[in-house]
Amino acid sequence: MLGFGPMVRRALGAALLLATTALPAAAQQAPVDTLAAIRARGTLVCGVNTGLAGFAQPDSQGVWRGFDIDYCRSVAAAIFGDASKVRYVPTTAQSRFTALQSGEVDVLFRNTTWTLSRDTSLGLDFPAVNFYDGQGFMVKKSLGVTSATQLNGATICVQPGTTTEQNLTDWARASNIRFTPVVIERLEEVVAAYVAGRCDAYTTDASGLAATRSAQPTPADHVILPEVISKEPLGPAVRQGDARFADIVRWSHFALLVAEEMGITAANADAALASDARPEAQRLLGKSGDLGKMLGLDNAFALHIIKAVGNYGEVFARHLAPIGLQRARSPNALYLHGGLQYAPPFR
Amino acid sequence: MSDAATHTPTPARTPPITLVGPIGWVRTNLFSGWVSSLVSLLLLFLVVKWVLGFLDWGVFNAIWSVPNDAAGRPDTSSCRALAGTGACWAVIGEKHRFILFGTYPYEEQWRALLAILVFIALFIVSAMRRFWRKELALIWIGALTLIGVLMWGGLLGLAYVPQERWGGLVITLILATFGLAFAFPLSILVALGRRSKLPAIKALCVLYVELVRGVPLISVLFMASVMFPLFLPEGMNIDKLLRAQIAIILFAGAYLAEVVRGGLQTLPRGQYEAADALGLSYWKKTGFIILPQALRLVIPPLVNTFIGFFKDTSLVLIIGIFDLLTAGKTAIIEPAWQGFGIEVYLTVGFIYFCFCFAMSSYSQRLEAELNQSRGR
Repeated sequence: MLGFGPMVRRALGAALLLATTALPAAAQQAPVDTLAAIRARGTLVCGVNTGLAGFAQPDSQGVWRGFDIDYCRSVAAAIFGDASKVRYVPTTAQSRFTALQSGEVDVLFRNTTWTLSRDTSLGLDFPAVNFYDGQGFMVKKSLGVTSATQLNGATICVQPGTTTEQNLTDWARASNIRFTPVVIERLEEVVAAYVAGRCDAYTTDASGLAATRSAQPTPADHVILPEVISKEPLGPAVRQGDARFADIVRWSHFALLVAEEMGITAANADAALASDARPEAQRLLGKSGDLGKMLGLDNAFALHIIKAVGNYGEVFARHLAPIGLQRARSPNALYLHGGLQYAPPFR
Repeated sequence: MSDAATHTPTPARTPPITLVGPIGWVRTNLFSGWVSSLVSLLLLFLVVKWVLGFLDWGVFNAIWSVPNDAAGRPDTSSCRALAGTGACWAVIGEKHRFILFGTYPYEEQWRALLAILVFIALFIVSAMRRFWRKELALIWIGALTLIGVLMWGGLLGLAYVPQERWGGLVITLILATFGLAFAFPLSILVALGRRSKLPAIKALCVLYVELVRGVPLISVLFMASVMFPLFLPEGMNIDKLLRAQIAIILFAGAYLAEVVRGGLQTLPRGQYEAADALGLSYWKKTGFIILPQALRLVIPPLVNTFIGFFKDTSLVLIIGIFDLLTAGKTAIIEPAWQGFGIEVYLTVGFIYFCFCFAMSSYSQRLEAELNQSRGR
C-alpha cells in the first residue's frame, strides 16, 4: 500500500465526498421539460429490456416487438401522432436507472418493479402499473401437486442474486415450509435442471414461468401453482420533477384501459370517432372537450394511440397471451372483470 | 569416349514399406509398444465415436428448416420432437441475419454486410507485406470512412441509421478493430514513456498502466456506462457505443504497453549505444533502430493480446450493446426458439474461431518471415 501523507488523504477524502454528493445531485436536477426536448428531437427515446420474451425483444428481422415496445409506441403516438417515432435503447438491469437519470432515455419501459426506494431515493417516478407480476411456482403435472403449501421438503430451482431467492426464503419461513434450494445462475441451465428432474419445482416471476412453460415440448405437462408469493407491479419509470411528462405517460396507459372498457379497438376506432355517441368515448377520442390540450398534446392523442397499438386487451393478447400468460382471473384483468386494471375517468 | 564397361550403379532399394511412409510413421509414433498401442486404440475409438456422434447430431438427424404455422410463425415442434438427438439448424436459417446484423434495419442490412466485407478486405490488405508503406495509412482512413458512411448513411441517398441500431458481427469488428488500431499507437507511446528519464512522464505512464491493469475490463465498461453519464452536464450525452469503444481502447492500450515494453527491454544495451554513437535523435533512434527490432520480438504476445481483446469485446453485453455473442443469445429468447442454444453458440463460436485462427496463423507466418535471422 502507498503511504499517503495527511494532506493527500484529506484531498482524497474531499474528492470522494464530492463524487458521492454529486450523484444524488445529478439525479435530482432542476425540472426539465422532457416533452419539449422530445419534440425538438423528433423522437421518443425509450429504454427497454435487452431481450425478454413477450415484453421486449427484437424479432428475426431486428424489429423490436413486445408488450413494453407497444407502450413505447403508444407514448410516441400520443406525442407525435406517429407510433414509429421511437428509438429503442436496450438497457441492462444495472444500467437502466443511470440511463434514465442521465437523460440518455426519456422513459423506461423495462419491466421495472415499482418500489418505495426506487420511487424516492433514485429520483424516479412511476406513473402507472401496466403489468402486475408476482413470483410463483411451476411443477410437473405428474407430481400431483396442486398448491404451493404441499411443497414441504421439496427441492426448488431458483436463480441467485435477484429478489427471487430472497422472496422464496421469506415465504418458506413465514409458511413453515422446509425446502432444499438448487441455485443456478443461467436461465437455460436452471430450466434444464428443472426439466431433467433435479428439482421438484421452479420458481421465478409468473410471466417468466409462463414463457418457460409455453416453450416446453408439451406445456400441459407442467402446472403453474395458484400461489403468488410476491408483489411485482411493473410499470414505466420517468425522471422525477417533470410532472407533465409523467402525466402523459400515465394517461397514455389509461387511454389504453378506457378504450378496452368502452370496446374501442384499433379496427373500429375511426368508426367510433364518427358514430359513437357516448360522451366519454367522444372525449377520449378528442371529438369533444380539450383533454389532450390539458396534457399539452393533440386532442386526438388517444385516437392516435388506439389506432397504432389497439387497446390494453389487444396489446396483451398480441404479446403476452402467446407466451402463455392468462389474463382472465389475474390482476391484469380490467376491474370490470375482477382485476386491478382501473383507469380514472376521462373528463 | 570408349564404350568400355561404364559402371551403372544399381538403384538403391526402397526400404521396407513398413518402415517409411504413413505406415512407418504410424508404427513408430502410435504403435511402438503395447502401452502406446493400447492408448492409441482407445483414443481412436473415442475420436471415431465422438465424430460419428457429432455427425449424427449435426448432419444426419438434423433439421434444416421448419414450416410456418397458420399464424405465419415458424413451427418448431418438429425440432422439439428430436429431443436433442439432432441439431435444429433451422434456428440459424431463421436468425442468421439477426445474429450477424442485430437490430440494423432489415432492408438496409446489405450495408452492414458490405461493411463487414470492407473490414475483411482491410485486414487482408494490411496483412500483405507489399502494402506496408505509408499509403497503408491512407487505405485505412479511406476504408474506415467508407465503413462509417455505410453504417451511418445519411448521405449518397442512404437512409440514416442511428448507432443504437447497429449490432451483431459489425459491432464486434468495429470494437475490436478501432480498439486495437487506436490502442496500439497509444501503447507504444506509453511503453516508451514508461522507460523515459523524465520523471513526470514516467510517473504518468506507470500510473495509467497500473490503474487500468488493476481493475477488470467489465468494471471499466460498467463505469463507462453507469457512472460516467452522471458526471456529464445536463443534456449532454456521449453515445453508449463510443463510451464502450473508448473504454476498450484505454484498457487494451495498457495491456499492449506492457507487451511492447517487454520487447524494448529485451534489446541489448549496445543497440541503444550504437544509435547514440551515430548521433541519431531520440525519435530517429526509436523509429529506425529500437522499435523495428523490439516489435518483431513481441509478435507472439502481441497477437495473443489481440486475440484476447477480440473475444473480450463480447463483454459489452453487460451494457446492453448487441455484439455478435449478445445477438446470438437474444436470438434464442423468442419462445419458439428457446432451447436451441447449442446450435447458435456453435455458429457464433465458429465465427469467432475463423477470425482468431486467421490472426494466429498469420502471426506465425509473419514471425517466421521477420525473425529469420534468429531462427534456431
